[in-house]
Amino acid sequence: MNNLLDKIPQMPLAKWTNDAMDWVTETFQGFFDSIQENTEGAMLFVTDVLLMIPAIIVILAIAILAYFASKRKFGLAIFTVVGLLFIYNQGLWDDLMNTVTLVLFASLISIIVGIPVGILMSKSTTFESIMKPILDFMQTMPGFVYLIPAVAFFGIGIVPGVFASIIFSIPPTIRFTNLAIRQVPTELIEAAESFGSTSAQKLFNVELPLAKSTIMAGVNQTVMLALSMVVIASMIGAEGLGGKVLTAVQRAEVGSGFVAGLALVIFAIIIDRLTQSINNKKG
Amino acid sequence: MSKIRVENVSKIFGKKIPQALELVKKGESKTAILKKTGATVGVNNTSFEVEDGEIFVIMGLSGSGKSTLVRLLNRLIEPTTGSILINGEDVSKMNKAQLREIRRNKVNMVFQNFGLFPHQTILKNTEYGLKVRGVSKEERRVKAEKALENAGLLEFKDQYPSQLSGGMQQRVGLARALANDSDIVLMDEAFSALDPLIRKGMQDELIELQQNVQKTIIFITHDLNEALRIGDRIAIMKDGAIIQIGTGEEILTNPADDYVRSFIEDVDRSKVLTAENIMVRPVTINPEIDGPKMALKRMKDEQVSLVIATDRKKQLLGFVTADQALQCAKDGKTLLVDCMQKEMNTVPYDMLLEDVLNVIHDSPTPVAVIKEGKLVGVLIRGIVIEALAKSSVEVPEHE
Repeated sequence: MNNLLDKIPQMPLAKWTNDAMDWVTETFQGFFDSIQENTEGAMLFVTDVLLMIPAIIVILAIAILAYFASKRKFGLAIFTVVGLLFIYNQGLWDDLMNTVTLVLFASLISIIVGIPVGILMSKSTTFESIMKPILDFMQTMPGFVYLIPAVAFFGIGIVPGVFASIIFSIPPTIRFTNLAIRQVPTELIEAAESFGSTSAQKLFNVELPLAKSTIMAGVNQTVMLALSMVVIASMIGAEGLGGKVLTAVQRAEVGSGFVAGLALVIFAIIIDRLTQSINNKKG
Repeated sequence: MSKIRVENVSKIFGKKIPQALELVKKGESKTAILKKTGATVGVNNTSFEVEDGEIFVIMGLSGSGKSTLVRLLNRLIEPTTGSILINGEDVSKMNKAQLREIRRNKVNMVFQNFGLFPHQTILKNTEYGLKVRGVSKEERRVKAEKALENAGLLEFKDQYPSQLSGGMQQRVGLARALANDSDIVLMDEAFSALDPLIRKGMQDELIELQQNVQKTIIFITHDLNEALRIGDRIAIMKDGAIIQIGTGEEILTNPADDYVRSFIEDVDRSKVLTAENIMVRPVTINPEIDGPKMALKRMKDEQVSLVIATDRKKQLLGFVTADQALQCAKDGKTLLVDCMQKEMNTVPYDMLLEDVLNVIHDSPTPVAVIKEGKLVGVLIRGIVIEALAKSSVEVPEHE
């Protein structure tokens, strides 16, 4: 029986993939290059601006934001101040700002692309059934694999890091947007339609406002996933806290690995709580 | 011309729609079609007309297709076949833009669970129809506030729907539809989610409102009492088809089949029947001409214990019981005028039985039924109770 199976020649899927990648890379080289240059320029600029502001002002600004976002409670604000001071104290401030830029770009692009895609999915069952397996694929494929096309398209540096992060972190925003709009009660949709709303009026007056808090839950997930890609992205030269972790792993330095890892955890907690409280406040 | 005219409209859900449609045309039932094709018939070859200013009630149990039918009228659900004419224009053939126009200006809807947008204030909710129509901010605020004022809810305009009770929310739902000033209002089980007392109040309000604004209202309900209370005409639906259309009285007195008959068995008769329906023919006597002996003879002939005294024009004068007539004869009086009782409770002929019960409860004697100033009948306790208990209503013969 095994012999029979062995007679089937191996399908050259890997080769096909390589060929396809080569073709895409060559054909769209100019396009990828211009994206790479522009995005990198913008990201370096943002990082520079963040680094230009004195750290203490950034810390206080985030603490104040945390205070108001969490309905005037001091817990998150105090955690923010202590946590960020710790990161500064460990000499990781520059790396943190690099990470902030990476996460910021990856999340923003994910949201800008993901919400419209999610809306389209909610409007078309056909499109939904096409997108669902693609999203499953994007989420289950190990994040490392995305580094290969990312490098092929954009070389090494922070831009391919953003690219890989987006692919890995965009699914929750798309899924939650789709789900949120589909969950708007039928009667409210009918009410909107019965008054003669156009699709756009229905979307902006009824569907999106009612879907907002669920979409924000998806955005929160996306931000968290983008953050989780920081270490992986550092393997292709994206600087930041992830790079510090990677270096520590390569040199087997437990101490600095722990410190950089802890800095990432602190940053993750701050942005998670911040996005959640902003959502709760509005919803 | 009818305001709304529905002709041979069907709606089929599921697959094999063409085959199912063939069977619908052959007049097959919903269950038979489901068995043969697997398609569900929502609305089965339905036709009816609604006149301007009418409250037309579509009544049926859940699954009878009434909510589907009402949604076909403004095409929230696309009809599979048939035509729906509103003011003579066929809604089923309209393109998207024309349909929007109809929905914006002609037909509005009130929903079972109110359909209010939870993220908007009462005022914003009421403005919604005007907003999508592109009415200016100022104008729509004025109109919406006026609609809320009519509903007695102006002071709540900055609240959110969840802060209001169910009855108030539905008043907002109605105000929202009325603010748009369209002439047709579709009400899908609009009062079904309200508790009974509020519901009765809302029904009264709707009837009163209708007297002032004269909209054409299509009202969906599963409650026959509600249908009888507010409907000018009622259509009864079963399995997607209309099985009877008529006024409340027509349906009560002349049910089309056993299904309708089983429905009206549960009707709260006290809310439907009027004094006229249950009164008995009075035994009368003219006290200005006849004496006590004549009265006693008539009582004996008719086997009753009292006669009603009227003049020649059938105007009520009073009544005489057998005891009084006997006493009268013993006293040697020749005319009944001198010994009859002049006080007698009366009710108008169109008073509902539930109100009649209050009068008859307080009255030691029978109650006279008056129509246009004349005596037309008598209500006797036993007969009233019998009418309440009867399993089918027979409207008594009377002149």
